[in-house]
Amino acid sequence: MSKGYIHSIQSLGTVDGPGVRFVAFLQGCNLRCKCCHNPDTWVRVGDAKEFTAEEVVNKAVRFKEYFKDNGGITLSGGEPLLQAKFATDIFTSAKEKGINTCLDTSGSVINENVLSLLQVTDRVLLDIKYTEDALYKENAGCSMEIPLEFLRILNNMNIPTTLRQVIIPTVNDNEENITKLYDIAKNHNCVDKIELLPFHKICQTKYDAMNITFPFGNLPTPTKEKMDFLKTFVKEYV
Amino acid sequence: MENKSWIGFNSGVWCDEINVRDFIQTNYTEYTGDDAFLSGATERTSILMKKVEGLFALERQFGGVLDIDTATVSSLTSYSPGYIDKENELIVGMQTNRPLKRGVNPFGGIRMARQACKAYGYKLSDKIEEEFKYRTTHNDGVFRAYTDEMRAARKCHVITGLPDAYGRGRIIGDYRRVALYGVDKLIEEKQKDKADLALDSFDTARIRLDEELFQQIAFLGKMKEMAMMYGFDISQPANNAKEAIQWTYFAYLAAIKEQNGAAMSLGRVSTFFDIYIERDIKNGILTEEGAQELMDDFVMKLRIARHLRTPEYNELFGGDPMWITEAVGGVGEDGRTLVTKNSFRVLNTLYTLGSSPEPNLTVLWSQNLPENFKKFCAKVSKDTNSIQYENDDLMRPIYGDDYAIACCVSAMKVGKQMQFFGARCNLPKLMLIAINGGYDTTSGIHIGPQMDVLEGDRLTFEAVMERLDVYLPWLSHLYVNTMNIIHYMHDKYAYEKTQMALHDTTVDRFMAFGIAGLSVITDSLSAIKYADVKPVRDENGYIVDFETTGEFPKFGNDDDRVDSLAKDMTHKVITELRKTKTYRDSIHTLSVLTITSNVMYGKNTGSTPDGRKAGEAFAPGANPMHNREENGALASLNSIAKISYDDCRDGISNTFSITPNALGKTDDEQVNNLVTILDGYFAKMAHHINVNVMTRETLMKAYENPEAYPNLTIRVSGYAVHFNKLSREQQREVISRTFHEAV
Repeated sequence: MSKGYIHSIQSLGTVDGPGVRFVAFLQGCNLRCKCCHNPDTWVRVGDAKEFTAEEVVNKAVRFKEYFKDNGGITLSGGEPLLQAKFATDIFTSAKEKGINTCLDTSGSVINENVLSLLQVTDRVLLDIKYTEDALYKENAGCSMEIPLEFLRILNNMNIPTTLRQVIIPTVNDNEENITKLYDIAKNHNCVDKIELLPFHKICQTKYDAMNITFPFGNLPTPTKEKMDFLKTFVKEYV
Repeated sequence: MENKSWIGFNSGVWCDEINVRDFIQTNYTEYTGDDAFLSGATERTSILMKKVEGLFALERQFGGVLDIDTATVSSLTSYSPGYIDKENELIVGMQTNRPLKRGVNPFGGIRMARQACKAYGYKLSDKIEEEFKYRTTHNDGVFRAYTDEMRAARKCHVITGLPDAYGRGRIIGDYRRVALYGVDKLIEEKQKDKADLALDSFDTARIRLDEELFQQIAFLGKMKEMAMMYGFDISQPANNAKEAIQWTYFAYLAAIKEQNGAAMSLGRVSTFFDIYIERDIKNGILTEEGAQELMDDFVMKLRIARHLRTPEYNELFGGDPMWITEAVGGVGEDGRTLVTKNSFRVLNTLYTLGSSPEPNLTVLWSQNLPENFKKFCAKVSKDTNSIQYENDDLMRPIYGDDYAIACCVSAMKVGKQMQFFGARCNLPKLMLIAINGGYDTTSGIHIGPQMDVLEGDRLTFEAVMERLDVYLPWLSHLYVNTMNIIHYMHDKYAYEKTQMALHDTTVDRFMAFGIAGLSVITDSLSAIKYADVKPVRDENGYIVDFETTGEFPKFGNDDDRVDSLAKDMTHKVITELRKTKTYRDSIHTLSVLTITSNVMYGKNTGSTPDGRKAGEAFAPGANPMHNREENGALASLNSIAKISYDDCRDGISNTFSITPNALGKTDDEQVNNLVTILDGYFAKMAHHINVNVMTRETLMKAYENPEAYPNLTIRVSGYAVHFNKLSREQQREVISRTFHEAV
């Protein structure tokens, strides 16, 4: 079985996929999003621990009693697609043990290994970070085309998908953006849910500890009223 | 049906013998629906509760004790009737003649009563002082018999918190019997039992039981007198729901007037009451609103119950608790759940009257409870932090379906089993005494087998375990013998006549031992085994500190390497305890529960190899040490679930704090996920969990500004408290605990 690098494990995940989930945060990311709340997962190895896929699944299985009918395992990151082979082995083995699999990704890597991974993925939480290519390039470091292509693949494979977007004041907290996001969902039958997540700055301490600048650190966080207002534009997906 | 009070009930063996369980099983109506049927507080209830809240505020202003009657010894009939508002009360009865006025109960120990009065600016009356000059209290008796070694063990806090100067409690009378049968029938049955005894040869045990029965019968008589003072004749069975609740409350009231026990639990009354309520509703003499009102009034009475205790006592049991524990829900042996509408109503009092630590509402959780009830419980937990959960699927096979919980986590069949409460021993301190060859560096006391201090620059696991294999048997033997003295004397000088009158004459007894600091000794042994632990010695060569380098697995991360050390330790302790014979052939049990004494135990214990410094608090109960959990909440739960209930039949307490966001994004998600977590945890055969859904910030605000949070309730360790009733030190410890947060 393959090995991979894991930044940390959260045995009680309730916000990354349906139900109660075992979440493994994989180390390494190809993007450098200015709103990122996990800068400590960027570099490929860093302080991460090496695990075999089997070890990860063996850990997850110990929580099977908590998964019931909709919970399971979520691979997040970092960017799990960078360790697609490792992730595939984890999901394959999890599914053999009857555990639901969920992938939390930016959709910014597409290759053979990624396609194999999707074969054993029950749900994808896909970050559509912005709805304009310029914003993508400026604030995430990739073209918007790749995640959109990734979404088309999900749609062809019929994998239930949740679209997620972090709402950042002055950057994407406007109706126009949310309407575009809604249109993207509308055009892909695989999308059954949209989650708008408020930008937060609790991660400032991580940036400080790493002695780097939090690029969006001086932006405000959105108000609850604003979040509620924006959610009304996608309410059939909430 | 021989009795007109029973018309409308299905008959069964309960008609011919004292058998409340059979009455419940043949008559209750399971409810699987949701909470939509519930009523809110009536105007009457709200007005009365406002008065009670006014009294609570006054009590706080008076430093925690509103008033003390220093001239009267508390007993069933020693006070004239008291009321909150006589005209508007549905259920009546007070411990003394006024609400929140505390009675004096010196039978456990006159010194304790004297000190308690003094601590709140009162003086125990000369009359009582004079009277007790010529009486032996439980405390007197114990100290007549204690050996030097027992005194030393107590003084150095390796065994402490023992009920040798206060009432032991932890006995649950079957208070329902008074409602179902009336007192006369109970007296008649006890007289028969007494007559039967005469046929046997009179050895010590027989003579003791014979005298106990005399006392039980006498106090059943006093109970009737007490009720009569309030204008009620409880010699006959209750005729309706209101009377059933009133009769049951009188029985409980008699118990708390007679005994100032550490935990005075209520038992399992909600579903019993439901049978009467259903009958009244069917007969058109009660409405849903009326039923809730009765429960509200009953619970209001329980909330004003008080005992007089000393500041030292509060160190062990912070927050002025009574542990009026009521077990709710559970499943019957025939597979029907015991959830009724009244299970909902009793939880609903946390809305109608506001959140509260008492009564100590304890849900007996089963995988098979109705989903609607599970969700309602989770919602109430999330909104009020006032309920705890215990695993019915684990306990039912052992105790059947009519058991209840005494105090926090002690299961016993109602009216058929009782326990001898035994506080706890301090395992981390025992380990330190062991490596120092029988010397306690904190108190400077030599105790136990005397040998050399462990040598070398590095502690080895083998050497430390070898020492524990000498000192644990020594301590266990001492502990059992100490408990034997305490309970012999309690039976002799402060026998619980009222409560035992509401038991079968022949009962099973448990002797409940306990341990404190399980996660500290576990992590310490793990450090010794997996990291490098260098002892630091004082000028006399005693080990007073440790330098620990390197990584070691810590309890609370679902890591078998260390979790197995905790499991093995509890097994070792109970195995050693079982080697010494107990008083009255009681069954040895063990708990992993500290109440709030984890702070005090830590204060009296030196530095430990896990990195905990001298004086720092232990984690409560079976909890992992604060903030050592690195893999989130469920990993922590899994670690605790590994401790075997077979080894710890007196309960394994886990206090769990989680922020609302960590449970999910929406209210619905949070409720559903909490249900899922409880189902998962108990499917792992874990025993108990206290659930707090709150943020650390809330507690910090309450710490800084207590007046603004008078009703903030928090589960601490098998019970709940008003946060502002804890000592500052206890508050800080609660704040420092792990809060499972969203990532």
